Amino acid sequence: MPQPTDFQTILPLTILIVWACALLLVDLLIPKERKWITAFLAAAGLAVTLSFTIAQLGRSSTGFSGMVVQDGFSTFLNALQLVCGLFSIAIAYGYVKRMGLERGEYYTLLLFSVTGMMLMAQAADLIVVFLALELLSIPLYVLAAFNRMQSASDEAGLKYFLLGAFSTGFVVYGIALVFGATGTTNLASILASTPTSSVLLTIGAALILVGFAFKVAAVPFHMWTPDVYQGAPTSVTGFMAAGAKIAGFSALLRVFSTAFPALAVDMTDILWGLSALTMIGGNLLAISQSDIKRMLAYSSIAHAGYILMAFVPYGNADVAPVAIASGLFYLVAYAVSNFGAWGIVIALEKSEGKGLAISDYAGLGRKYPVLAAAMTVFMLSLIGFPPTLGLVGKFYLFRSVMAGGFLWLAIIGVVTSLISAYYYLRVVVTMYMHEGEPSVTSEFWLDFTWGLSALATVVLSFMPQALFVMASSALLK
Amino acid sequence: MVPVNYYIILSAILFTIGALGVLVRRNPLIMFMSIELMLNSANLAMVAFSSAIKSLSGQIFVFFVIAVAAAEVAVGLALIVQIFKSRHTINVDEMNSLKG
Repeated sequence: MPQPTDFQTILPLTILIVWACALLLVDLLIPKERKWITAFLAAAGLAVTLSFTIAQLGRSSTGFSGMVVQDGFSTFLNALQLVCGLFSIAIAYGYVKRMGLERGEYYTLLLFSVTGMMLMAQAADLIVVFLALELLSIPLYVLAAFNRMQSASDEAGLKYFLLGAFSTGFVVYGIALVFGATGTTNLASILASTPTSSVLLTIGAALILVGFAFKVAAVPFHMWTPDVYQGAPTSVTGFMAAGAKIAGFSALLRVFSTAFPALAVDMTDILWGLSALTMIGGNLLAISQSDIKRMLAYSSIAHAGYILMAFVPYGNADVAPVAIASGLFYLVAYAVSNFGAWGIVIALEKSEGKGLAISDYAGLGRKYPVLAAAMTVFMLSLIGFPPTLGLVGKFYLFRSVMAGGFLWLAIIGVVTSLISAYYYLRVVVTMYMHEGEPSVTSEFWLDFTWGLSALATVVLSFMPQALFVMASSALLK
Repeated sequence: MVPVNYYIILSAILFTIGALGVLVRRNPLIMFMSIELMLNSANLAMVAFSSAIKSLSGQIFVFFVIAVAAAEVAVGLALIVQIFKSRHTINVDEMNSLKG
């Protein structure tokens, strides 16, 4: 029988999912022209959940016979996911109205997806990992295809769906093999067990890695990313690029460092290659893009490579805690810059997919100096240039990777960052040096989001220590 | 009693057929069926392991997979129907409006 303490472990999660279900019903009573009420109710749900999540700080417990766990790691990531959810609603608020997509389901689906992302960080059993993966993905497939009237959105939805379901197949088969080798699906028991066949266990772990590599868009499992990011409504893309990526990494971190540290000998080389390939591939492919959404899609692939660096030393007990903390720090830095950048893309986007070419940013520096300055901040942060959070994040990452003895990986990281400066700075140059007549949609919540992100990107870079201490306290025990 | 290895080999073959099907076939419905084949090969492996090591948790996992796959079918078929309505084709090679 479930105990009351079990529900305490997943209290924020329960609140959010009940809220989402209730919102689905309440939405029926809200007239079509007042769907903004649904947006506010959804945001309120996330805010309430966030307060309960923060109340869990410093506590840790397991529930449902070790199926779910609540600890510093999950609290940190859940709070981050909820903030991402709030940002996504803020950037979507005016956008969906402008694009004629304003339907109540948008916000409900978003809440369901955030629930899945939170469950992902709390999963302590491979069954729950699988459930969380699907709970976060299925609403995202629908959201990607939300703009039914545009064939690009349909196409993005179908591509995302097929590749997402394909990757789920790998995860499920990997889980089956791990279960066969160890006789359990519980992460802690997998560690404690003596596998009957180490080959089976290694193949299983590798298949799980492949499945999640699809989710976080690591090269060579990235083919779907540019198409899906470009075709999906931009507000959904911003959410996917941050939320789904953070969730994928939280599952990888949790599963590999709890269950498979013994496999580090084999896995480190694979992760090394995956990380290096992703950094090189993502950055090189981004250079030739002329569409800002595609460029940012490749940039998000490249950033998956940087975050993957944090995994490479996961088997080394001395370095792993610092590396994982830098990974978490980088996730925060990436999420903040990412939402800001996508917010500005939304501000420039017109209906029918206009206003998305990089050349449409010409003249922005003169006409909208504040907006152009904010975009510059995000681009600098994504390169890893001072004074931004991106620089601090990369510094921590490279330092921990070098401490783990992977000098070459750090060198690849630095060189690819330099390459990335080329295409990020091209946006800045277009904004300030080229003549043009850009037009921008100004809307309170959107301006608020990119303004806050720009401020956070700069201000937090001057006091990274506080954030890093928080990330370090979020470590897996 | 059939040894567990046979089941695992069969499930590995089914999984490979499924994965190749997704990569080779160009009709989303067939691709979708191939994905179901992958999931069910995992189910087969789970059940075989579960009965070999006399642990029920593998069989419970299979129920989860079946239920979630059904939810996925609902979304996937809806997407395919939607695309067919607007384009009168569902061949993935003709879905090329997104390029860079």
